[in-house]
Amino acid sequence: MAASNPGSLPTYAERLAWLEATDTEPQAGQRGRRLAVRSWGAFWPKALAIVIVLAIWQLIHVSGWKKEIFPGPGVTLANLWDQLQTGLLWHAIATTASRAVVGFGLAVAIGAVIGALVSRIAPLRAAVGSLITGLQTMPSIAWFPFAIILFGINTTAILFVIVLGAAPSIANGLIAGVDYTPPLLLKAGKMMGLRRFSLYWHLILPASLPAFVAGMRQGWAFAWRSLMAGELLVIIANQPSLGVLLSTDQDQADMPSTTAIIIVILILGILVHTLFSVADRAIRRRWGLTGTA
Amino acid sequence: MSPVTVTDRLTSAVGGSVQLTAVTKVFGRGGTAVRALDQISLEVTPGEFTCLIGASGCGKSTLLSLIAGLELPTSGTVSASGRVALMFQEPALFPWLTAAGNVEVALRARGIGRAERRQRTAELIEAVHLGGFGGKRPHELSGGMRQRVALARALAQDADVLLMDEPFGALDAMTRDLLHDELDRVRAGRELTIVFVTHNVREAVRLGDRVVVLSSRPGRVVDEFAVPIERPRRIDSAPVAELAARITDRLREEMSGHGR
Repeated sequence: MAASNPGSLPTYAERLAWLEATDTEPQAGQRGRRLAVRSWGAFWPKALAIVIVLAIWQLIHVSGWKKEIFPGPGVTLANLWDQLQTGLLWHAIATTASRAVVGFGLAVAIGAVIGALVSRIAPLRAAVGSLITGLQTMPSIAWFPFAIILFGINTTAILFVIVLGAAPSIANGLIAGVDYTPPLLLKAGKMMGLRRFSLYWHLILPASLPAFVAGMRQGWAFAWRSLMAGELLVIIANQPSLGVLLSTDQDQADMPSTTAIIIVILILGILVHTLFSVADRAIRRRWGLTGTA
Repeated sequence: MSPVTVTDRLTSAVGGSVQLTAVTKVFGRGGTAVRALDQISLEVTPGEFTCLIGASGCGKSTLLSLIAGLELPTSGTVSASGRVALMFQEPALFPWLTAAGNVEVALRARGIGRAERRQRTAELIEAVHLGGFGGKRPHELSGGMRQRVALARALAQDADVLLMDEPFGALDAMTRDLLHDELDRVRAGRELTIVFVTHNVREAVRLGDRVVVLSSRPGRVVDEFAVPIERPRRIDSAPVAELAARITDRLREEMSGHGR
């Protein structure tokens, strides 16, 4: 390398090739296999947890505690299986799911607009910033009397409460993302000539994406809770929903069916939460924020 | 008049010039105020490669921020003609965009249309020898490659004045050596004025037409060295080492004087 004769020095291209060969990390050649290993690694603890829960449940059942009214897993799962063969449960799931999609969608749209405005306009933030956090801590079930009086016993009342429950988390997620945009990137963006709207669109919004997704995940938990509370309180005739089924089961003291519906609600909630986790991981991988890029 | 004057791009076809006149920058107020720069005057002529060197705390980065217009001087005037781009020690790439996307966003910020953007991006990626890596995300690239993307992005800003704040400070010696050549090459085809901040004396001599030595706390210009060494230069060549040794001696003198 330190040869005195310049002719014997490696050329620029040679040095570049050498550095690139040593510099770049070996790319995953076994991605497919790694994915399989990873899925299995994520799957077995969950499966084991379910088995343990079922075992404890069965033990309680066998111990004879409240034997007349507390069903064991066998009866409950059989009940769930039977209900899955009927149109009623699927109809109810469809109704509840469509409310969840519409309500959460509205909450994301409204939360994003509010978050975007509040994060960029200082007086607005001073005015409503703490109000948003306050709304976030408000138990959404407390809004139902208000919503029912305002809108009546209908879907609008339920959607109203979902939005009130979820939008503050989503707005706060975006605000946090904007606040934590790395100052160095802001400097770089300003030097490039990004200003106001273009700075927001090309830099601040994308930089806020991880925090926004975290806000959506939290917002989803609030939306799902508000929706369940709403379906128990706002019973609309001839519109079967998971809440209506639960409410009917309660009236008929049908414990196996009640438990079966609870399992359905739990699974749906977990499924959507998993979607957000997948989105979160995808972003992290894309940005190189994980160790396993 | 605004302290930062940006003249029309058409009038500066030979690279931009930079002029600082009696610039003082004080951070904070009252008892806790820190005088980062004290009465600095500096003129960089179009096409010149000026290296600023000094110990940490000499306000080198502040000086670049002032020229870039990111901060305003407490007193004195700063003017830079033409478009100014700034490169940092970290590449500061957008992690959600590919290497090419990072270059393209700078073109987009200048309002260049899609077709031309595509073509210019490809040219710039090629210019920094990253052909084939345009589709990679920053985290998939090595430190040197990322800094080359940052260089391409700075070039995409069509700057007349390129400010570089220890851009190769975080790289290993081999990669840094390569990027020095890269910078020479990129500069050869353009009318580019460069102000380069470093604390590596040899790097300054390897690259600059002129090395300006700054003192610390407050930052002042204490000396200036012309670099009459013919290009292409090598960082380990005798003339570079010899001049670097002289400048290092001057820096030591300044530091011991400061300690008294």
